[in-house]
Amino acid sequence: MRAMVYRGPYKVRVEEKDVPSIEHPNDAIVRVTLAAICGSDLHLYHGMIPDTRVGHTFGHEFIGVVEEVGPSVRSLKPGDRVMVPFNIFCGSCFFCARGLYSNCHNVNPNATAIGGIYGYSHTCGGYDGGQAEYVRVPFADVGPSVIPEWMDDEDAVLLTDAVPTGYFGAQLGDIAEGDVVVVFGAGPVGLFAAKSAWLMGAGRVIVVDHLEYRLEVARTFAHAETCNFTEYDDIVVHMKRITDHLGADVAIDAVGAEADGNLLQHLAGAKFKLQGGSPVALNWAIDAVRKGGTVSVVGAYGPIFSAVKFGDALNKGLTLRMNQCPVKRQWPRLFEHVRNGYLKPSDIVTHRIPLDDIAEGYYMFSAKLDDCVKPLVVPNGQ
Amino acid sequence: MAYTADKPALSESSEELRRRIPGWGVDVDPRDRPSVPRERLDPSGTGAHWDFPERQDEVRPRERSIEHELLPPVFGTSCPPKGVSGWMRRLSYRRFSEGRAAHWLILMAADRVDSSGSHLRSFLTLRPDNPITETGVRSELSRRGWASRVGRKRADVVHQPLDAVIVFGPWLVAGRLAYAGARRVRARAGRRR
Repeated sequence: MRAMVYRGPYKVRVEEKDVPSIEHPNDAIVRVTLAAICGSDLHLYHGMIPDTRVGHTFGHEFIGVVEEVGPSVRSLKPGDRVMVPFNIFCGSCFFCARGLYSNCHNVNPNATAIGGIYGYSHTCGGYDGGQAEYVRVPFADVGPSVIPEWMDDEDAVLLTDAVPTGYFGAQLGDIAEGDVVVVFGAGPVGLFAAKSAWLMGAGRVIVVDHLEYRLEVARTFAHAETCNFTEYDDIVVHMKRITDHLGADVAIDAVGAEADGNLLQHLAGAKFKLQGGSPVALNWAIDAVRKGGTVSVVGAYGPIFSAVKFGDALNKGLTLRMNQCPVKRQWPRLFEHVRNGYLKPSDIVTHRIPLDDIAEGYYMFSAKLDDCVKPLVVPNGQ
Repeated sequence: MAYTADKPALSESSEELRRRIPGWGVDVDPRDRPSVPRERLDPSGTGAHWDFPERQDEVRPRERSIEHELLPPVFGTSCPPKGVSGWMRRLSYRRFSEGRAAHWLILMAADRVDSSGSHLRSFLTLRPDNPITETGVRSELSRRGWASRVGRKRADVVHQPLDAVIVFGPWLVAGRLAYAGARRVRARAGRRR
């Protein structure tokens, strides 16, 4: 089969690999029909996540058709059209039993601090991902779901990570009616976090980024006020000015490890890998939120230390909430929102890239060319 | 304002927001939010029909965090450790917990050894690494590289040239060292004659 393969920082290509096989009785093999490149894939692509091995196939956002199932699989059969959450989880460990699917303890030998994620380095379990023609899906009775007939493929693929993660970010903010919510990052997760903040009754939603074309999407798609931080000497002071010098009630970091806005932090984190990521957006969130407010973090960071301003968080009495999103827990409610027309995930898709052009896709998304917001990967596309 | 007790008034009322934004407030009640409360004990609702999953065969020794009591029953088999980088990875997993910086720094160093070695080995194959096709740099032409950056007040334009240094820098240094080495060998051979 053809699969995207990592060749080292900033280098990927398509190679022929063996079609994955059933390695556990509850495995399924899924033929991928549509995948996506996620902003967090760029951390792998840039060599920021430890234990990213040459030959690994990325891709944790994908849908497909069940090709084969293991002997203990009860809920799926070959031919089923399925969407697969980015988390790999067993459904039965201490954490899964409590709904913390992203923190499963039975799927990742390489680390206890994180569960399993498709195509996200050996630090997340060493599973190949879905930017390929086929993928192994462990715990087929637990993770994947049959795609409802009324749902289209592009909505479904975005429901495997970007939409639920954005919605989860808003949930972590504990938004109350009338709250002022500031979202750092106008990428796909930030856009869905902003959109979800309205569903939870926010009174104002402000999105901060430096890419004007994405802020335009935040205004039109997510109905948000926007701030381009390059236009202000100090974005924190500006945030205070536009919130009566209180600060926002809730701040959401939807940027993560490669944040811009402070060159030194960016170089230390993203370029020279001297910290687990550039915590610029997180520090802005801590400083821009009001005392007693809540900071929600859904942007991804690497496992080593980062220069985060915990002193400010302490002195302001903040609540810091974060996790990888337990995707499947969000689905029933999000399916309702999509069906009711409150969310139309595919509206943010800007590019559809054939698998054979995956290197150009990564470059474009990484360098933010061609007004790219969300690129999809079509395994058999032309 | 912050200096008095009242919360500042919003410019739009809830009714106005409900009219303007589709779905505004449908999840205003936290009970409608699927991850509230954060932990909800419901082991029967996950689809799992086991208390502990069957174990996947450990076909080859699987490295694992020393914070795990046992090898988890299911694991990825994407790229088993190999060569020098594999030795470094096994050392890191065997010796240091996830709480130690050494664990992650050794893994990062192993990643660099792995990619350098893989590049060199690729030159012994029919498909050597190609920095043009594998970086996707042709997107600069096909995806409006210039127009996407110029005049757009982007914060990342300052450091993007460093990406090229990160990709091509090691090759230039290696090439320079190889060239210097070859010259030295040739000079030594000339002196012998």
